[in-house]
Amino acid sequence: MAVIEVKNLSKRYGETLAVRDVSFAVEPGEIFGILGPNGAGKTTTVECVAGLRTPDSGRITVLGHAPRDRALRAQVGVQLQESELQEKLTVREVLELYSAFYPDPADWRKLAGDLGLTEKLRTTFGKLSGGQKQRLSIALALIGNPRIAILDELTTGLDPQARRDTWDLISGFRDRGVTLVLVTHFMEEAERLCDRIAVIDRGEVVALDTPAGLVEQTSSQDQKIRFRPSAPISDELLSAPPEVTRISRQGDRIEVSGTGNLLHAVTSVLAVNGIVAVELRLEQATLDDAFVRLTGRASEESPS
Amino acid sequence: MTVFRKLVAAEFRTALREPLYLFFTVIFPVVLIGILGAVPSFREPSDDLGGLRVIDVYAGIVIALSIGMMGLQGMPTVLATYREKGILRRLATTPVKPVALLGAQLTAALITVLVSGVLVFAFAGTVYGVPMPESPVAFVLAVVLATLGVFSIGLVIAALAPSGKAANSIGLLLFFPLMFFAGLWAPRQVMPEVLRRVSDYTPLGAGERLMHEAMTGHWPNLLSVTVLLGYLLVFGAVAAKYFRWE
Repeated sequence: MAVIEVKNLSKRYGETLAVRDVSFAVEPGEIFGILGPNGAGKTTTVECVAGLRTPDSGRITVLGHAPRDRALRAQVGVQLQESELQEKLTVREVLELYSAFYPDPADWRKLAGDLGLTEKLRTTFGKLSGGQKQRLSIALALIGNPRIAILDELTTGLDPQARRDTWDLISGFRDRGVTLVLVTHFMEEAERLCDRIAVIDRGEVVALDTPAGLVEQTSSQDQKIRFRPSAPISDELLSAPPEVTRISRQGDRIEVSGTGNLLHAVTSVLAVNGIVAVELRLEQATLDDAFVRLTGRASEESPS
Repeated sequence: MTVFRKLVAAEFRTALREPLYLFFTVIFPVVLIGILGAVPSFREPSDDLGGLRVIDVYAGIVIALSIGMMGLQGMPTVLATYREKGILRRLATTPVKPVALLGAQLTAALITVLVSGVLVFAFAGTVYGVPMPESPVAFVLAVVLATLGVFSIGLVIAALAPSGKAANSIGLLLFFPLMFFAGLWAPRQVMPEVLRRVSDYTPLGAGERLMHEAMTGHWPNLLSVTVLLGYLLVFGAVAAKYFRWE
């Protein structure tokens, strides 16, 4: 049975329809990603699930309760975007205070250690860096040993190392059976962590699948292999396998496009002819490509 | 209850780490008494004050000052800032009700006022021989009633102010006239009749009147008690209706 069920959720702010007829179900123990461009309605959606906003229409149940049911507060951890804490409280005081709120809290020392905050326990919140505040915020979402954790922009503001550490931590919570809902616009994060992803654009769910499924669903374009052959090879030989659809050359470099197990097909041909592929590169469609196709927009982190 | 105690403790920790805040709510009233008592004529009994000395009267007035600073400036600013920064919102996602933080803030403020009052009497009594109130119970009652009345006005400020800064400005605007009517610049006893009448209906004026009467052993008068309970009820209801958590 789904732990979170959202059916036909709509929410309007004044004239703007922020969320339009959104439906999805989150299964126990999975990491469910909500991916979309800025202003797509991701945050509004999870804030409705967290009981912080009241939907205009639609039905949400969380662990069988209405989202605003106070019984859920001990079972659902929430990390909000842009929410601060008392400036003058130290990290340790905040962690101790928040763990006192819950009937069965996690060990805050361990949590602080996992999030790299042990060195900062005596530092007041106001003196923390953006990344440290973010990590404390994640700690507070997990401190109550929740059954569900909703994390909005989990790793925004974290440096690459801290981001990877946080991903490990989140995977660890999943392994312990915690269901996680992750709002993100980082492709790598969604690809690495999420079991399933709902892509939201302009307030609507435009796709819902596993990361691999999303890529497959949207990739009309096939894979590409680029290499430099150690000895010349003709187009006829290279295009023999059925997987190969197109060959183009640039100087001594060859680009082979195709489908299926293209890499195996091409390297087999080369091997039979005693040719080695130098500087071999395989290019596959990524979640980033899928995202661009689904939303018609480049994701915010894409370098182009 | 443990949770509430921890919340109150957290409020105290935050307050203690704001030196300026602590100075104005706890130390400043004592300093003011110290300065006023240094004026020789303020230590002479005065017929205008019913035989009391100026310094005796000011013991109550500086406690009203402490209440005014906490209730009109400290507390509303803190609460509006909590809302502005999303602290109340984050709390709403935990098993603790945000109203508990409100209660903790009020409790911490009330304790601060009481501590300030004790310090004022300890200092004024030791240095200038200001007597303890003849009706201590009535005096404490006066302090509590005045605090509740002023704090409910502070809660309305916190409810309506869009930001911590705005709350601070609104609080400051109210602070000076209300302190005037409490007698900070001229005690109620020397005010013209009209001003004293107005003062009777202001929260700190009514509070000061109750404190003054308790000093000379009178029981609380009905008008002042009614006025303060009225502020509590009316402003409390407005605050409850309009307070936004985010």
